[in-house]
Amino acid sequence: MAIRERLSGNEAVAYAIKQINPDVMPAFPITPSTEIPQYVANYIANGELDTEFIHVESEHSAMSATLGASAAGARALTATSSCGMALMWEELYVAASDRLPIVLALVNRALTGPININADHSDSMGARDSGWIQIYAESNQEVYDNFLQAFPIAEDPRVHLPVMICQDGFITSHGVENILLVEDDKVKDFVGEYHPEHFLLNSKEPIAVGPYAVSNYYMETKRGQREAMKNAREVILELAARFEEMTGRHYGFFEEYAMEDAEYVIVLIGSAAGTCKAAVDRIRRTTGKKVGLCKIRVFRPFPEEELAQALKDRRAVAILDRSEMFSATGGPLGAEVRAALYSAKAQAEVVNYLYGLGGRDITVEDFERVYGRLEEIAETHQIPDMYEYIGLRSK
Amino acid sequence: MKSTEINEKSPWQDITEGNKIFEPATSRHFCTGEWRTSTPVFDEEKCKQCLLCFPVCPDSSIPVRDGKREDFDYDHCKGCGICAKVCPFGAITMKEGK
Repeated sequence: MAIRERLSGNEAVAYAIKQINPDVMPAFPITPSTEIPQYVANYIANGELDTEFIHVESEHSAMSATLGASAAGARALTATSSCGMALMWEELYVAASDRLPIVLALVNRALTGPININADHSDSMGARDSGWIQIYAESNQEVYDNFLQAFPIAEDPRVHLPVMICQDGFITSHGVENILLVEDDKVKDFVGEYHPEHFLLNSKEPIAVGPYAVSNYYMETKRGQREAMKNAREVILELAARFEEMTGRHYGFFEEYAMEDAEYVIVLIGSAAGTCKAAVDRIRRTTGKKVGLCKIRVFRPFPEEELAQALKDRRAVAILDRSEMFSATGGPLGAEVRAALYSAKAQAEVVNYLYGLGGRDITVEDFERVYGRLEEIAETHQIPDMYEYIGLRSK
Repeated sequence: MKSTEINEKSPWQDITEGNKIFEPATSRHFCTGEWRTSTPVFDEEKCKQCLLCFPVCPDSSIPVRDGKREDFDYDHCKGCGICAKVCPFGAITMKEGK
């Protein structure tokens, strides 16, 4: 029987770490992810966990030490947010190109500046090209479930890539919710023991990790990374199926909510999905209008074909971005979903919205207005501005 | 895949995962001497075998066997000229080019 608890998102991740009992965790505190290493340190101090915790002097060192531990053959992880991740920038790319199965618990927070500690996706979206697998969560339950799947995905020989498990700062990281925890022995069974094939501490096989690659080798190396990212697609789905067998909870690349007959669809990532679902329920109950939600769980690798299939025959689609990329034409999710729809020769009208930057609230009424706007666009086929805002004060 | 089996013609499928190298001392196969723009020349007649040159070589390019230095390992010597500078007997001179 699953264990019923009430935990914050940070507690849920720390609990998952305790159950997995990884070998090494170097970490440096930063709001709103500080509690994750704090709880882990408590578990270690109480003798409940024998993970080697390394107190480092910065996030640059945190990810560097995680890289070193992973290359040495340890199951290694760290946690961070926002500017902490920005300070890991160089090592993020190294982790991916060295093909180290590291897990990062990322609590999404706006990047400075202006300085701000609240949720948006500018940290992880900025790292979308770093070669990491990125999995996002709507709720505490999802971030816990995603975390349990992270190491088996990363360590699969078809993949060998680092995985970022993302949740929205404060909204899920500090919000306490009911949660179903998996029993310790089942977690151990699901995650399995880590036995890397090649590792630096193996005295029987001297190896070198991360050598210099001149122009004659760099491009082929990057092509190899892309292959691993492609392979990750099937591995992520296999692990989701195994997880469903264990818990009954279903996961895929994205969640489709009220999508069977939906004509007006919102696409988004993260905790705002809960609010959007409330709007979908209210609209369907009061007006019968066919509205639906597509919540992205896996952003890297990007589920292009599956997403295009799910969206292409709708009347109108709104893609909601929680980070700017200053192309001045849209956000990162908007750009990628539109590209997917173009490849699928979709007829759906598409508009891109920016919302929730630096922790700006988004409400059920906001979502109702977006669905109303989609209806208008589907009628008139007029989109004066492809890139609109939700909750922005304007003259 | 052995590192010696990977070269500039290798397709991406044959490059090891993360460029890992699965054997030690592969630097021997990598002829860094190609970078050299000036070259030390060893004059065996003038050499007194004092062995001041070999410990200052930053790249182990002066082989020593049975207590005596031999001619340079030009596959790895980058022509820095430190050996020529420390030689008290003028037994090493630098010439332009490879």
